[in-house]
Amino acid sequence: MKKSICFLIVLVMMFALLAGCSEKAPTGGGATTDDDVIKIGVFEPITGANAAGGALEVEGAQLANKLYPEVLGKKVELVIADNKSDVVEAASAAARLVERDKVVAIIGSWGSSYSMAAGDIVRNQKVPAVAASATNPLVTLDNDFYFRVCFLDPFQGTVMANYAYNNLGARKVAIIREVNNDYAVGLAKFFEDAFVELTGDANAILEVTNYNTGDQDFSSQLLNISQKNPDVIFAPGNFTESALIIKQAKQLGIDIPFIGGDTWETPEFIDIGQQDVEGAVFSTFFTSEVPITSESEIFLKEYRAQYGKEPAAVTALGYDAYLVILDAIERAGSTDPEKIRDEIAKTKNFPGAAGIITLDENGDAVKSAVIKVVRNGEFVYLDTIEPIE
Amino acid sequence: MSFSLFMQHLTNGISLGSLYALIAIGYTMVYGILRLINFAHGEIFMMSLYFAFYGVAIFAMPWYVSFIVTVIITCMLGMLVERAAYKTLRDSPRITVMVSAIGASFFLQNLAVVLFGGRPKAFPTVQIFTDVIKIGTVSLQRLTLIIPVATIMLLYSLLYLVNKTKTGMAMRAVSKDHETARLMGVDVNRTITITFGIGSILAAFGGIMWGMKFPQIQPFMGVMPGLKCFIAAVIGGVGNIYGAVIGGFILGIGEIMLVAMLPQLTGYRDAFAFVLLIVILLLKPTGIMGEKISEKV
Repeated sequence: MKKSICFLIVLVMMFALLAGCSEKAPTGGGATTDDDVIKIGVFEPITGANAAGGALEVEGAQLANKLYPEVLGKKVELVIADNKSDVVEAASAAARLVERDKVVAIIGSWGSSYSMAAGDIVRNQKVPAVAASATNPLVTLDNDFYFRVCFLDPFQGTVMANYAYNNLGARKVAIIREVNNDYAVGLAKFFEDAFVELTGDANAILEVTNYNTGDQDFSSQLLNISQKNPDVIFAPGNFTESALIIKQAKQLGIDIPFIGGDTWETPEFIDIGQQDVEGAVFSTFFTSEVPITSESEIFLKEYRAQYGKEPAAVTALGYDAYLVILDAIERAGSTDPEKIRDEIAKTKNFPGAAGIITLDENGDAVKSAVIKVVRNGEFVYLDTIEPIE
Repeated sequence: MSFSLFMQHLTNGISLGSLYALIAIGYTMVYGILRLINFAHGEIFMMSLYFAFYGVAIFAMPWYVSFIVTVIITCMLGMLVERAAYKTLRDSPRITVMVSAIGASFFLQNLAVVLFGGRPKAFPTVQIFTDVIKIGTVSLQRLTLIIPVATIMLLYSLLYLVNKTKTGMAMRAVSKDHETARLMGVDVNRTITITFGIGSILAAFGGIMWGMKFPQIQPFMGVMPGLKCFIAAVIGGVGNIYGAVIGGFILGIGEIMLVAMLPQLTGYRDAFAFVLLIVILLLKPTGIMGEKISEKV
């Protein structure tokens, strides 16, 4: 009796599995369906420490997909792959997109480390990838298949060093960085170089201290820093940890201004930091207060209508990454990834939501930076810094 | 390093150590009674934070009601995990139960991703606990002082329960020998379930205080504290409640002092716990308190 019940259950489960398969078949890449659907992979952290950042970029790509759902007379489908905020998972998520889902191009990822982890896969499999907000130079360097629609960290580091030096009058700075994050380590380095050059003082950086992704207690690092009395603390790193750092600094009675990078612009940064992150200044890519192109207007209007809030800069970039790929497919007149790659490389004066995109020989966009501050629980626009020619 | 700076570091270390201690007790109690490392304990801790979060954020309960409900639900969850993942395997080889424990841990992590989403959430903080006070030149949150006091109070209630009540006597009996305890009329299964419940209650208290101190929650946040508290339990002598508390304090204060004294090693902070584990296992495999007190619950 028991055995037959077991058998029955197994049978039912097998049917369920089969049913699942057949349901998926139309979208799962059968020979007949490949002709009418073009697949673009969205490669983002959906879970883990960077999930909020990934979600913002996915919103952008999905909005763009909704507004421009077709190219070459075919429907465009987004395939979302979760890299789990982990470099090992990132490589396998990218491989899955390319090998199983047969995407013609990839958008992403938030977090330079994950893009770098996927670099070899997109290069070897010859599928172009367009990063929305991965700012580390190594993402596109020596990789003909990786592009990006945002500025680079050497520029961002310079912008923040200038801000600290000119606007905050800082002469001595301490850095606290997320040491296992390529983005944060790179940005800290570029900031350091730029700031030392500005001050002409080789000892202008008083201390560089570290923490790991997922750490929650920063009190001892902060106390060490505060003993050196810096004018400003530069804290490039993930938004949750950064918010906790600033919060704990306030609790320890440390009253030194904090500045950071583009990763801070997520709602979670303010949710977690609350009144303690008031006055935190960071550089980012785009502000809804100053629309740049006609595409910005469309993007802002549609985004506000759909989500009922102001978009983050990375959302606009996720939107732009999709448009750049779509435009390249259009011009290539083909869904061959290599032809699409060649057309992406030729992108020139393309009007994106977050500004005009022209890709240089490395596949990088040259764009202006925006400085924002947290004021009354919102990100408020301060200034636009033009790129250095 | 000035005296006041040292005191500031020390209070931070004691407060972190108290939290580790509370969670480590849960590991040690279950080990004492079942000879099983309950790998899902870190996830039960994580779940308790979400329960408290939803109590305040969604059901708009006042914080004290939400926290009491959290403790009750977490206790039930702990007992449920025991029923589902361990009870059915009571007579299986220990390795089977251990694999089941790891499975339960992964299941709870992924369940949390599905139910609560992968994006981090801000834990509701309670003003009267998080206010900053100054003692001399030492600046700290009121919570930093409340945590060690709460930990000591919970520890003494637990010791009273284990040593002075009938349930506690049953727990001690079961930890010595299941069969004999059963022959003496002890309901072994019930006792084990209660042990899980108590361990989970402590995890919930630890979780609530953790959440107020580090107000950020996400589904994988139980992993690191879980591992570290397990290490704390081993350092103190797994199976021994005093040992778990001492292990927790050593780990918490040690981590803070490592960063304070040797700033260039800040990136290796997590490694400290693991290095300490190896050293203890090499020098004194039974842990600091492992032999002194034979009572194991």
